Amino acid sequence: MKAPPISYAAAESVEEAVALLTEHGDDAKVLAGGQSLLPMLNLRLAQPGVLVDIGRIEELRHSGVTEEGGRLCGSLTTHRELEMGAVPSLGDVAVLRTAASHIGHLPIRTQGTIGGSIAHADSASEWCVLALALDAVIHVRGTGGARRMPAESFFHGFFSTALEPDEIITGIEFPVTGSSSANFEEYARRSGDFAIVASAVALDLREGRCESARIALGGVAGAPIRLPEVERLAEGHRFAGPDDEAVRELAHACAEAIDPPSDVHASSTYRKRLTEVLVSRAVAGCLRHDDSEGGRR
Amino acid sequence: MKESSREQSAERVQLCTTINGVEVACEVDAAESLMDLVRGRGLTGTHSGCEHGVCGACTVLVDDRPVRACIVLAAQVQGRTVETIESVGGPDDPSRLQRAFSACSGLQCGFCTPGFIMLATGLLRENPCPSEHEIVEAVSSNLCRCTGYASIVQSIASVVEADPDAGAPARPPSRERTHEA
Repeated sequence: MKAPPISYAAAESVEEAVALLTEHGDDAKVLAGGQSLLPMLNLRLAQPGVLVDIGRIEELRHSGVTEEGGRLCGSLTTHRELEMGAVPSLGDVAVLRTAASHIGHLPIRTQGTIGGSIAHADSASEWCVLALALDAVIHVRGTGGARRMPAESFFHGFFSTALEPDEIITGIEFPVTGSSSANFEEYARRSGDFAIVASAVALDLREGRCESARIALGGVAGAPIRLPEVERLAEGHRFAGPDDEAVRELAHACAEAIDPPSDVHASSTYRKRLTEVLVSRAVAGCLRHDDSEGGRR
Repeated sequence: MKESSREQSAERVQLCTTINGVEVACEVDAAESLMDLVRGRGLTGTHSGCEHGVCGACTVLVDDRPVRACIVLAAQVQGRTVETIESVGGPDDPSRLQRAFSACSGLQCGFCTPGFIMLATGLLRENPCPSEHEIVEAVSSNLCRCTGYASIVQSIASVVEADPDAGAPARPPSRERTHEA
């Protein structure tokens, strides 16, 4: 189908976007790349009265380094730019490229944005899962000014976030974690499909000893989630290598800690099984990176 | 803020864009897709398939990059450069890719073909020498229900093999103005 009749306004600045959102309240929806929103409009799953297009706000394309040394990526950065490692301030972080490469297909990745994905907050979204595992900070701006929210408190539930109706995401900050090794794994039946389960793992390793761990999962609950209890199991453990039995045990604990839904794509049992396999691969991948890079990133 | 004051929301939108090298100024419905914009201007080589971003039949290039025109609003291409299959080549002057699709049987019924040609044109413009894996990954984007894809991959690969240094076909000269990066 085609999109229903709608009103449209293109904001030229963040202030203008915030003013438009304030004016139209719940009736407005923010349009960035539109790769989730426009299919939803065409399928009549969403019917906002006004689209506030932020796609022309140059400021939201900028990336840089924050005062704390975090790597900030403008919210309009496309998936493709991240996949190609074309954001200088982010450096060549393999896990960003890997996660981006799983998103939709090439023509989706050239148009869709990281800020749009995070705001949409699909449980299986690669960026949402990775933002949790990397302790990303979401920069937003609204009538009340700017605020920064840790990813961990940003995703509230089924397609819902901590964003107020008058706020837009201006950037995503990835903190620099010295000894961190991160990896992303997902499974989808066909290339480009939404992941049935996605897993991102970040380990802070010192000479094989895990100082801290962050494990995030997508597709297993209404929102992307972290598993703090399981993460604590990994802390202090000295992994012998990617084949360490502890890797399998950790992955098993993840599967035990969740109660994923069954739907037409997969049963709950299958999602738990996938979780075990994917976490296991992601952790092993971290340990392998650590091995080949002498524990530094 | 400037004297023009803040943007007001409206159901009709003034649009200036470049389509196949021609500058276009028109008024569109806010809800109108880029697909309907180009088709409405007689450029019906851009096919309408699923209309929700799944099949890729409506793939066009915006600022050299492939996008699905059914899930991009016409209003979003303000100031940008759009290319459709009509700019690539026709029966009398087919592009290398179009000749390759013909030579390698990269099409049967032809419905999906403009989308595949635009997708591959965009791919080769970004990366003139994609590996077979990269070609397969890229064409997984679009649906073809006739060929089974092998001949499509072969068509694109044959262009790369024939002239790996030649790069992708250049885009037609725009009469004016290019969009900032």
